[in-house]
Amino acid sequence: MNVLSLLNDKRVRDWFYQIALILLLVGLTVFFVRNASENMVKAGIASGFDFLWRTSGIEVPFVLTGYTQSDDIFALFWVGVANTMLVTVIAIVLATLLGFALGIARLSSHWLLSTIAGAYIEFVRNIPLLFFVLFWYFGVIAALPQPRQSIGLFGVAFLNNRGLTIPLPDAPGNFRWAALAVLASWLCYWLASVWARKRKERTGQDAPLLAIGLCLIVVVPALAIAWASLATRWDIPVLRGFNYRGGFVVIPEFVALLAALVTYTAGFIAEIVRGGIESVAKGQSEAASALGLRPGRILSLVVIPQALRVMTPPLTNQYLNVLKNSSFGAAIAYPDVVSLFMGSALNNTGQAIEIIAMTLAVYLVIGLTVSALMNWYNARIALVTR
Amino acid sequence: MTRASSLSIWRERLFGTPFTGFTSVVLIVLMAWIAIPLIRWAVIDATWIGSTRADCAPGGACWVFIRARFGQFMYGLYPVDQRWRVDIAGILVLASVLAVVFAPQRLRLKLALALLVILPPLGIWLLSGGFGLRHVETREWGGLTLTLFISVYSSLIAIPLGIIFALGRQSELRIIRLISVIFIEFWRGVPIIAVIFLASLLLPLILPGGIGIDRLARAVIGLGFVIAAYMAEAVRGGLQALPKGQREAATALGLNYWKATGLIVLPQALRISLPAMTNEFIALIKNTTLVLVVSILDLLGIAQASLADPNWVGMNMEAYAFSGAIYWLICFALSRWSRSLEKKRRL
Repeated sequence: MNVLSLLNDKRVRDWFYQIALILLLVGLTVFFVRNASENMVKAGIASGFDFLWRTSGIEVPFVLTGYTQSDDIFALFWVGVANTMLVTVIAIVLATLLGFALGIARLSSHWLLSTIAGAYIEFVRNIPLLFFVLFWYFGVIAALPQPRQSIGLFGVAFLNNRGLTIPLPDAPGNFRWAALAVLASWLCYWLASVWARKRKERTGQDAPLLAIGLCLIVVVPALAIAWASLATRWDIPVLRGFNYRGGFVVIPEFVALLAALVTYTAGFIAEIVRGGIESVAKGQSEAASALGLRPGRILSLVVIPQALRVMTPPLTNQYLNVLKNSSFGAAIAYPDVVSLFMGSALNNTGQAIEIIAMTLAVYLVIGLTVSALMNWYNARIALVTR
Repeated sequence: MTRASSLSIWRERLFGTPFTGFTSVVLIVLMAWIAIPLIRWAVIDATWIGSTRADCAPGGACWVFIRARFGQFMYGLYPVDQRWRVDIAGILVLASVLAVVFAPQRLRLKLALALLVILPPLGIWLLSGGFGLRHVETREWGGLTLTLFISVYSSLIAIPLGIIFALGRQSELRIIRLISVIFIEFWRGVPIIAVIFLASLLLPLILPGGIGIDRLARAVIGLGFVIAAYMAEAVRGGLQALPKGQREAATALGLNYWKATGLIVLPQALRISLPAMTNEFIALIKNTTLVLVVSILDLLGIAQASLADPNWVGMNMEAYAFSGAIYWLICFALSRWSRSLEKKRRL
């Protein structure tokens, strides 16, 4: 066993390359960290996470968590996270609805409808998202009327250039009960569907699942919410002087960012929907039709499950893009985690490394969790091949 | 006769059945409701000739504003008497692309590689100056010039890095694969706006004291790293689409890893992933707008900044329409090109 034969051994060489790479990376990291600590000492910047417990003193115009200026910086961080999540979740729901509508319209046999949908999709996909954010904020919202000439929505909500003022319930108690009722009825539906499937496998009989579903998913929650809204006293915004008093003000930054995210993302979701439905071979629905399935069942039993399998991975990507793109709000000072924490808090404390690490961690943790969930879901619905 | 038949085709298309007809009427009314005011604003009531805001008729678009500001939209705050340098850089790039396209097949690759080595430093010299040219601070660069500059130079970082990490992700060596996966998933998982902040704050911090790094360079490096991760995924698509037998055959012929990769695998894989890589380049052009957050004024930034001019108050729609149209044209042309490449490959 001499050195030369060791050199010619592929395994030895592979390990040699990999160890050399690791040493190089470790060396680079040490170099960067040493420079950073030297530069920080020179600039008089502290390190460590103690700054999180300092009083923040930063005023935030849009708070969901009950934060005030006298709370600590860690509380400010959670305000940012909550605002990021709020705009992300609402944008995902609305963009999915608009995207599905556009994708189906694109496939419509109606020439004008599919052309208009196609034009919209080509329009939004080729323009930067930041353009939409600035356009909605400085172009549309800024052009809305003054509070005195607000656009009233059913006399309870008012849209003007200072945002959207919506009524707020005085006490949330009734709504907690309503939310509980909604969850319970959804759980009941899930149990009923499990029972119906088992029974069908045993006896071959169909259960009236559609009626049960309609009742438990739509009617019961609607009744619960209607009861809660009627039984609660509402704080309805009233025009006093130059602005509205009472209610809850959704800041214009939120409205602009949400509108931009929805209009932009819908174009991408529409293409995913179209691709998914087109990927299901025509023979599939023809075969189902030859087996005597009705059109509704063809769609729900044959086409949609297969289209969904194709659509899930790119849709997940799109949803994660919405999460990441919600940071575009920083350009119009929507108080999300990037603009509050990476902007304001960093300016106040100067602790760049800790703050950047925490902010990136928010996105990475949410992103990895969603990817893991989606991989699990994907594996469940994936085609079983032998 | 063709006329009549085409008319009947249209009638069939729009009013074939009562339901189709009803939908058509609703859609046509809706379109008219949006399009008529838009066309009136942009064309009929618009003012095209003049020199100040006072020349513009109220109610219509004031394209005079775009005309007065055209130079800024294109060159940013670049000194007016030096703008010829930007023009020459642009002409050089176009001429090189044409030269590569029309070069004889056997010279093409060599010419392209030679130009790739010569052009980037030449471009920086032309734009920033030194060695006989007047120095122009990057602070003064802007407009469409800067959008294209950032896109091109970021992809000069992103494409090689992306290819390396795509190969790393497919490597047999476990540690190299792990490092590549971490690199790719990290950069793909964080928002680009945060990366631009990160680059502008951290790069000066981690370099030895005294080494200053230009603001624009930081943004280009930050963007380059993120897009590298996305490029890596695009290249991986091509690598995975290539039959395994290609590398095995190359190895059987006695080529080592790098020769097999460089001569057999990559040329084929890159051809497959070119459409996907073009799409990433489009995304890059759209994302260059984010340099606005570190106050670098690209095309959209210049449009935004021009709204603050007291001589031209209320030109929001004109500025957005013009800059939006330029972005749209560039991205639309590229996406059509990428789609035609894709189609050609499928045939």
